[in-house]
Amino acid sequence: MAFSQRFIEVDGCRINLRRGGSGEPLLYLHGANGAPAVLPFMEKLAQRFDVLVPEHPGFGASDEPEWLENMHDLAYFYLDVLKSLELRGVHLVGSSLGGWLALEMAVRDASRLKSLVLVGPAGISVPGVSPGDVFLWSPDELARNLFFDPALAEKMIAQPMTPELLDVSLKNRHTVARLGWEPRMHDPFLRKWLHRVSVPVKIVWGEADKILPVAYAGEFKRLMPGAEIEIIPRCGHLPQTERPEEFCDIVTRFTGMG
Amino acid sequence: MPYADLDLKAGREHGTVWVNLPNSNFDPVKGHRLYNRYLDELEHGEELGFDAIAVNEHHQTAYGLMPSPIVTASALARRTSRAKIAILGSALPLREHPLMVAEEHAMIDVISGGRLISGFVRGIGAEYHTFGVNPTFSHDRFHEAHDLIVRAWTEPGPFAFQGRHYNVQYVNLWPRPYQKPHPPIWIPSQGSKETIDWAAHPDRRYTYLQTFSPASVVQRYLKMYRDTCEGFGYEAEDSQLGWAVPVYVAASDEAAQAEAKPHFEAFRNVFLKMPVEMLLPPGYTSRESLKNVMKAKAAIFGDITLEKSIELGLIICGSPATARQALASYWKDMRFGNLLVLCQFGTLPADLTHRNMELFAREVMPAVKQLTSKAVPA
Repeated sequence: MAFSQRFIEVDGCRINLRRGGSGEPLLYLHGANGAPAVLPFMEKLAQRFDVLVPEHPGFGASDEPEWLENMHDLAYFYLDVLKSLELRGVHLVGSSLGGWLALEMAVRDASRLKSLVLVGPAGISVPGVSPGDVFLWSPDELARNLFFDPALAEKMIAQPMTPELLDVSLKNRHTVARLGWEPRMHDPFLRKWLHRVSVPVKIVWGEADKILPVAYAGEFKRLMPGAEIEIIPRCGHLPQTERPEEFCDIVTRFTGMG
Repeated sequence: MPYADLDLKAGREHGTVWVNLPNSNFDPVKGHRLYNRYLDELEHGEELGFDAIAVNEHHQTAYGLMPSPIVTASALARRTSRAKIAILGSALPLREHPLMVAEEHAMIDVISGGRLISGFVRGIGAEYHTFGVNPTFSHDRFHEAHDLIVRAWTEPGPFAFQGRHYNVQYVNLWPRPYQKPHPPIWIPSQGSKETIDWAAHPDRRYTYLQTFSPASVVQRYLKMYRDTCEGFGYEAEDSQLGWAVPVYVAASDEAAQAEAKPHFEAFRNVFLKMPVEMLLPPGYTSRESLKNVMKAKAAIFGDITLEKSIELGLIICGSPATARQALASYWKDMRFGNLLVLCQFGTLPADLTHRNMELFAREVMPAVKQLTSKAVPA
């Protein structure tokens, strides 16, 4: 499935947008590592959806706007993106930091949304549970803590670091720190308003997640009793990468597109 | 002010003594002895004729036991009567409220009768991990906190301050500082163009103190400061430039090196060591600076021997004659108006520290004072 790539400008900020497939719109919100390429799970989803994969402001090839100071700014920006692209009935799929973003959008305005799929989402803190410290780990430690399958980590570590990749990785890291350094990867006020999420929610979690431990899923279930939870065994923080087939089946079944 | 009783093996095996070395490694009884020893040493600095006594701020680390330099400076304010007391510096962005810094510094200035030198720093990268303060707002917070403090010191209160990070309805400092218009401000730095541009600005002309760097790097940044002043249309006074460097003198070069070696290498290769992710969190420096550090990673993060450190000018070590000669030669290249000598470093014990201070004060300092206007122990 071919993806197009172009820049769109919203709120004076140019972002890089990849788009492919046809069907109901599905907006994928990436996590801390950005969305530098079209991955197999995106290709597969594009067989059933009109898949939109933007790089967030402050990530990849997108602008770094002065106004981007916190996750609320990013949520309002993407609500403006939905409006600007005249999207309705959107399935929001957010991973990690992108899952947090999806929730911040949905508590503000769910009128253009049809469903939420949250993949190991950040956004809340769980008493007594410590997330991994992504800012203190070396790149190799980070890779090894991302996946259940060590082969995937070694593949990531073996990837040669070009000057361009280094620039993007430092840029992404800067933006992740700006949005999630403190309070660490969550918004203490978000939990109060999760009842405002008025569309069906599916939460997918890798059982062996070392970034955000699977105990988070239970806390989300407590805060959003209507949400469906799916725990994937033998899987780390990125089920969409580690188990693309299974992940895409979950999304298509949940959205009724299966 | 290191925790000199650290189990060096534990520190080395942990990889760093910053942020997450378990504090079970700290023994409060040993700490009690160390604090009182260090305070005695700092007080002795005045008796030996040093112009100023300097303290600094570091958090949750065996590297330094002064999370609050205010506490040490306060003690010194009452136990000394002539020497300047230099806080180098307070880490502004780490503090919840800059007005507290303004108040505490003003108190020490008033208590000491105008002997305070105020230093402002951002805190090192590791301390952003420690406190959870967002490093991407570090520069913003520093500049805004500085503006609030200087205005609080100089403008008649009450007045309102509106900022992005700090908002105060009534800025009305009691006490106001003793010195007019305010205590001198020094900016200690490991070297950055942004800091130099800011400190050298004609509105500020703050003394720039290059800390613990190879002499060639010190020379480069001090020159950059002078050039920046020239770009602003004025000539920098030597008193606007400072160098902070460990110094160890003994009867002969051989004795000095043999005595300093284990303690300096512990300082350099255990107490200062940390991974790059800890040292430079995102936003603490520009991404260009970060890339330069990563390129020089081996040189910065590897171990260095005492001998190599002497060669690089990371330490002045030798007989008094050697130290005099080295400092005279460095002065020609740098023309630092202030020399801050670290007479204690790493695990250097009390007897050697004492002898080092005495010998430096007697046989090196007079020559340095002829070169420069000031000499300062820390």
